Amino acid sequence: MTKFVKSNEAVVMGALYAGCDLYFGYPITPASEIAHGAAKWFPMLGRTFVQAECETASVNMMFGAAGAGRLCMTATSGPGFSLMQEGISYLAGAELPAVVVDVNRAGPGLGNVYPEQSDYTPAVKGGGHGSYQTFTLAPASAQEMFDLTVKAFEMSAKWRTPAVVFADGLQGQMMESVELPEEESPRPDFSAWAAEGRPETRRNLVKSIYLDAAQQEEFNRHLQEKYARMAADAMSESKMTDDAELVIVAFGISGRIASTAAGELRRAGVKAGVFRPVTLNPFPREALAAAARGRKIMTIELDAGQFADDVRLNLAKAGLGAEAASVRMVHRMGGEVVSVDDAVKAAKEMI
Amino acid sequence: MANIEQRGMYESFPRSGKNVSYTHYCPGCGHGIINKLIAEACADLGLQDRTIFVDPVGCGVFTYYYWDAAHISAAHGRASAAATGVSRARPDAVTIAYQGDGDLGAIGFNNAFQAAARGERFGCIFVNNSLYGMTGGQMAPTTLDGETTTTTPFGRDPALTGHPLHVCEVFAQLKAPVYIARVSVADTKRIMQAKQAIRKVFEIQRDRKGYALLEILAPCPTNFKMTPDKAAAFCINEMEAEFPLGVFRDSAGEGLAPREIPRAASCRELFAEKDAVPPAADDPSFEERRFKFAGYGGQGILSLGLCIAEAARLERRHTLWFPSYGPEQRGGSANCSVVVSGTPIGSPAVEHPDVLVCMNQPAYERFAGDVKKGGTIIVDATVPVVADPPEGVRLVRWPAVKMAEEFGVPKAANTMMLAALKKFKCTGLSDENLETALVASFKKKPALGEKNRELLRAAEARDHS
Repeated sequence: MTKFVKSNEAVVMGALYAGCDLYFGYPITPASEIAHGAAKWFPMLGRTFVQAECETASVNMMFGAAGAGRLCMTATSGPGFSLMQEGISYLAGAELPAVVVDVNRAGPGLGNVYPEQSDYTPAVKGGGHGSYQTFTLAPASAQEMFDLTVKAFEMSAKWRTPAVVFADGLQGQMMESVELPEEESPRPDFSAWAAEGRPETRRNLVKSIYLDAAQQEEFNRHLQEKYARMAADAMSESKMTDDAELVIVAFGISGRIASTAAGELRRAGVKAGVFRPVTLNPFPREALAAAARGRKIMTIELDAGQFADDVRLNLAKAGLGAEAASVRMVHRMGGEVVSVDDAVKAAKEMI
Repeated sequence: MANIEQRGMYESFPRSGKNVSYTHYCPGCGHGIINKLIAEACADLGLQDRTIFVDPVGCGVFTYYYWDAAHISAAHGRASAAATGVSRARPDAVTIAYQGDGDLGAIGFNNAFQAAARGERFGCIFVNNSLYGMTGGQMAPTTLDGETTTTTPFGRDPALTGHPLHVCEVFAQLKAPVYIARVSVADTKRIMQAKQAIRKVFEIQRDRKGYALLEILAPCPTNFKMTPDKAAAFCINEMEAEFPLGVFRDSAGEGLAPREIPRAASCRELFAEKDAVPPAADDPSFEERRFKFAGYGGQGILSLGLCIAEAARLERRHTLWFPSYGPEQRGGSANCSVVVSGTPIGSPAVEHPDVLVCMNQPAYERFAGDVKKGGTIIVDATVPVVADPPEGVRLVRWPAVKMAEEFGVPKAANTMMLAALKKFKCTGLSDENLETALVASFKKKPALGEKNRELLRAAEARDHS
């Protein structure tokens, strides 16, 4: 069945299909429609919606609900996402699955409610304390807001680490058609570790504390080994890269701008392609290397270059030093969006 | 230790890599007594299988080594928020949060207070020893006037730090809690009272009656820098003078039944649509069109855009709609963008519209210059066109507002604009789908839908040349 919905609403639908039982949230523009949808639809399905007193409460309510073995989520935007970082670190430290949606607005500080991708570092690299990682997905359409929310729950449960759905204000407000699946995902079984309040889980303990330094180090090694294995679940999309002389690398809404720009460049005789990471952590390094080898690289992004730096880092780690050095960025900030014209102009200058 | 009864406790405690049979609490500490009372209550009531303890950061952090039940070790100050999550996730469990006075009274006060205000179904056992214990004896919100701590080396000065926080008294202002009491473990008589109160907290949770707060005054000889007997005397003589023991709330706790709301059995049922539209089909021969609609809020700008998107959907085109939002949306002006395409849509931004609909002058001034060569601007006839449109752009002045007034339906100015889009073949979409989409946009008021269809046809039939 196809529905024409706001991307923010598609997130709630995805969560419900994925088997999310609890939503904890504090409203913030431009993510509020997620709370609105959850407040209506979760109770209608007999599930739980709680309006928390602040984002610190939201994330710690998730800690409790996830610790008790249920799938749960929250959604927020920049300032609220900052407040949640301590809690996300605790979720990762206790190896709990939970999904946080960040509909990025312009910052720093209060900024404004228009789109940016400037939460890149906390959304992708783990914004809280300690050496942890989240599974981070970057949707580019209402369909992906649905699909990648479902995926976020699946990956978060699989890897027992919080997942971040990293969107932006523009796409949060956008309406597009979404194809809904026939069936809902089955609930995962967490009884091996969760505190569920029944005899089978009586001696389970959910914690992130290891008082002994050696034990804490061992646990950190376990986490790092786990994160390394996560790379197998990296996702990306390559378009027209086979014969490209220039590859535009961009994620989320910028990936769509890249796609239109590449089409115009092709019509103008420039062999342009697009590489769009769908997961930002794990970063699809091998796929990027395959698409980028021997090409000039341009990024489109709505930040100050945090993403371009990550592209350079991943190219360099893949052994593509020359390609890393070629990376040029086209970006806007403050809620302005990169225009196709600017992207095309910059690409032509690179050729 | 086998000769000492330890109901509800593990037989030994594997702390710091060693398996020991003693707790980490200092001699004379109130926590040790309270821990034993909690374990006994949980075991005696047969609740160990059902109980989920939410452990704090502070001296109570290691209770998971002691109480034989499931545990979740929360962040500093957040036990009440975490317990909210636990209790909502597992309504059949007995959820008990254990918090100290720095944890609950300072960093986590609002989380505890708001949980109490919501009437969350968990018991909060709050240990007040008038300072931060584990962290090194600093001032807590509960530190007594004049009390010396590591951060009040000259004694707590009310002129600079205010007075002790009375948690029970503050929480007693709330309607939702069913039980609020303060007890002490400073001597045998008080311990026996505390034992009964702790049992009560468990019983309330066993019966799912509601939120319960039990504050327990506890001596901390180490940080008081006193012998255990002096610390207990301080607890009785000094702390009780500031924090009187007693029951602040003891209601039946019948609880409120949630309101009845519409229910659905599955996601599919919840999101089912009567007239579901099939997904878009690729058709590269259809030339992509980008639309911008702009005017004042209340002129139906956003719904006009949605109408075009809906008609595109009915025609199985790819389509996308997005509004201006935030303060801009609330400040009086409104605009939205629509893309209709035969192939999946790339950039959602409408930088160069093929079609611009302007309902006011600022809209024309802001967007007219962006319109693509070969494109069309439809502007309401009331708008003074002071600047020419770009070369190669068709300009249509259309009396949408006037016509809507003449028809006696001023709100239908957007329908009048739709008539122009239809008449001048700006959309690339069929007349039938445009009309169906218009009628569908009044789903909640079907009579208005048909009325607008008539208005649409009447407006289109008028000659404005």
